[in-house]
Amino acid sequence: MVPTSYYLILSAVLFGLGVVAFVFKRNVITIFMSIELMLNAVNLAFVAFSQARHQSDGQVFVLFVIVVAAAEAAVGLGIIILMARNRQSLNVERVDFLKL
Amino acid sequence: MISFLNANATIIIYLVKIALLLFIVLTVNAYLTWFERKVVAHMQSRWGPHRVGPHGLLQPLADGAKFLLKEDPTPAGVDKFTYFLAPLMALALALTSIAIIPFGPEPLHILGRDITLGIADLNIGILALFAITALSVYGVALAGWSSNSKYPLLGGLRSSAQMVSYELSLTMSVVGVLLLAGSFNLRDIINAQAHHPERGIFGWNVWPQILGFFCFFVAAVAETNRVPFDLPEAESELVAGFHTEYASFKFAMFFIAEYTSMITVSCLCTIMFFGGWLSPFPASWTFTHYLPSVILLPFGLWVIWDGIRYETIFGRLVLPGIGTVLTVIGIALAIPQLQFVNEFVQGPFWLLGKIFVFLFVYVWMRGTLPRFRYDQLMSFGWKLLLPVSIANVVITAFAILMWGAR
Amino acid sequence: MTPQLAIFFVLAALAVLGALNLIIQRHPIHSALSLIVVMIALAGLYLLMGSEFVAAVQIIVYGGAIMVLFVFVIMLLNAGVEERTNVSKLAGVAGIPLAVALLGFLAAAIARSNESAQAGVEAGTLANTKEISTMLFKDFVYPFELTSFLILVAILGAIVLAQREKS
Repeated sequence: MVPTSYYLILSAVLFGLGVVAFVFKRNVITIFMSIELMLNAVNLAFVAFSQARHQSDGQVFVLFVIVVAAAEAAVGLGIIILMARNRQSLNVERVDFLKL
Repeated sequence: MISFLNANATIIIYLVKIALLLFIVLTVNAYLTWFERKVVAHMQSRWGPHRVGPHGLLQPLADGAKFLLKEDPTPAGVDKFTYFLAPLMALALALTSIAIIPFGPEPLHILGRDITLGIADLNIGILALFAITALSVYGVALAGWSSNSKYPLLGGLRSSAQMVSYELSLTMSVVGVLLLAGSFNLRDIINAQAHHPERGIFGWNVWPQILGFFCFFVAAVAETNRVPFDLPEAESELVAGFHTEYASFKFAMFFIAEYTSMITVSCLCTIMFFGGWLSPFPASWTFTHYLPSVILLPFGLWVIWDGIRYETIFGRLVLPGIGTVLTVIGIALAIPQLQFVNEFVQGPFWLLGKIFVFLFVYVWMRGTLPRFRYDQLMSFGWKLLLPVSIANVVITAFAILMWGAR
Repeated sequence: MTPQLAIFFVLAALAVLGALNLIIQRHPIHSALSLIVVMIALAGLYLLMGSEFVAAVQIIVYGGAIMVLFVFVIMLLNAGVEERTNVSKLAGVAGIPLAVALLGFLAAAIARSNESAQAGVEAGTLANTKEISTMLFKDFVYPFELTSFLILVAILGAIVLAQREKS
């Protein structure tokens, strides 16, 4: 059996790497993927706690997080496609003005 | 040496099972291509391969040699990592899905150990198969994109959009079977159909789930990109779709992946809807246990008779040899001393027979049906198949609520 | 070193390497592939903990649908390699050791707190799918119906956003 704290440390590491990717990358799709990485790290923490306490609430919540992430990915990628069409660039440093 | 084998027995048994199953699946793949070419040819009033060995039986060997020895160019401008990853991923996923399928009810008793027929008996068997199906979209999409060329890109995008759309109907059409069986485990699904052994063929899942069976079969044919849903890889449409820029061995990997997923789908159809290893006859008709012998014996004698009159000398040596082996096996299964072998063989015999029937239906459709246009294909998947699968789930759930799952 | 601990370390290393590769790679398609590796490693970890249903759902939904969406968008938009910009070197030199130190403190704090809890499966528990589905359809049925509504709204939003101007 693996101690819960190992899973939590791994979750923290993955979350931290997600934040680093979010801050340092300039392609908007990669930034979006780093958000998914952070959500996954949080899911891992949820499942670890749920199994440590032998309750299924955490795992049900993980299912909800996955569903919300799917909905958010769909809409977010739609926005990214619009952005690419209007500005012809996926570089997040070029979309810093509200007017076109 | 013996003590080493005894101590690590489980791992060694798994490794031997995996190696054996890989060998069998790859051989069946090769001869499935022979079978397809022969059947489609006979449906088109021609012979198919009949020169390379007796009745063209060595054609797969010739094809394999061709694939190994042909030049394998890498086009300019491809994304190297993804170009090499795509066929690898497709093949690895297709072969992994065979590990989950159970091939027989009784374990084999050898040297005091029970060896179950089937590599992994997962409690989430069907879900794992769907997970593998979901991941195999990447093989196609990445192959199309990394080829740095318009036709593969279009073919890859269309093909992966088709696979993702039909995945929904695929998973929904199976929910009815899962409700009836109460478990994701493939062995439990077969055992749930064995609940009334005196019903024989009428106890199988296909009768209560006829709608689910048709939805599943159509969605599975679309998932494996076979006719009539093979627009993205048809020669007259998009050159060759997503595998245009792939030559010899990498093309062979896509090819093997496609035929292996055909075999997996046939296995799933028999297990979930047609009773798997259950005999179609009621359990009280024990004389039907001689059916393997009754089939093998005349077939072996016919092969001998055909082989003796064959045109080439090689055929006149090999075919009677194969025929004799089949005849001997047929006789051996009928003698009273080997009845325990006959009982053991019943389950896998019926399973393999039904899988063969489904493979024949696949090839039959290839030889007869025209293909869908892309927009017809997508509207069929979303507007007809998905609502019908969901309706199947609702009707099944209602029926179980009213009359119970048995 | 029990087999479970060994498998944990292998899967954890795979996940961390995938996440690092997401940061290091310059082409978004390679970052997407690394993220798929991370998700499969996490599904393996869920299996190790005994949550087989969540592992299967993770691969089917995250790995087989959401990441396919990402890969499609990267292919359609023809996203190329990222350009070099002028990130200050001081950020790298001073930032990375500080981040590692912060992580070390966090890890020590976590490890010291919950020493007796072990995340894993005990014999005799209900099947994971049965437990989750009972809870989902009894206690959480209202959020469940709301998520179906959420997905409908997301589908409509994505269709409206991605259609071309009718001018």
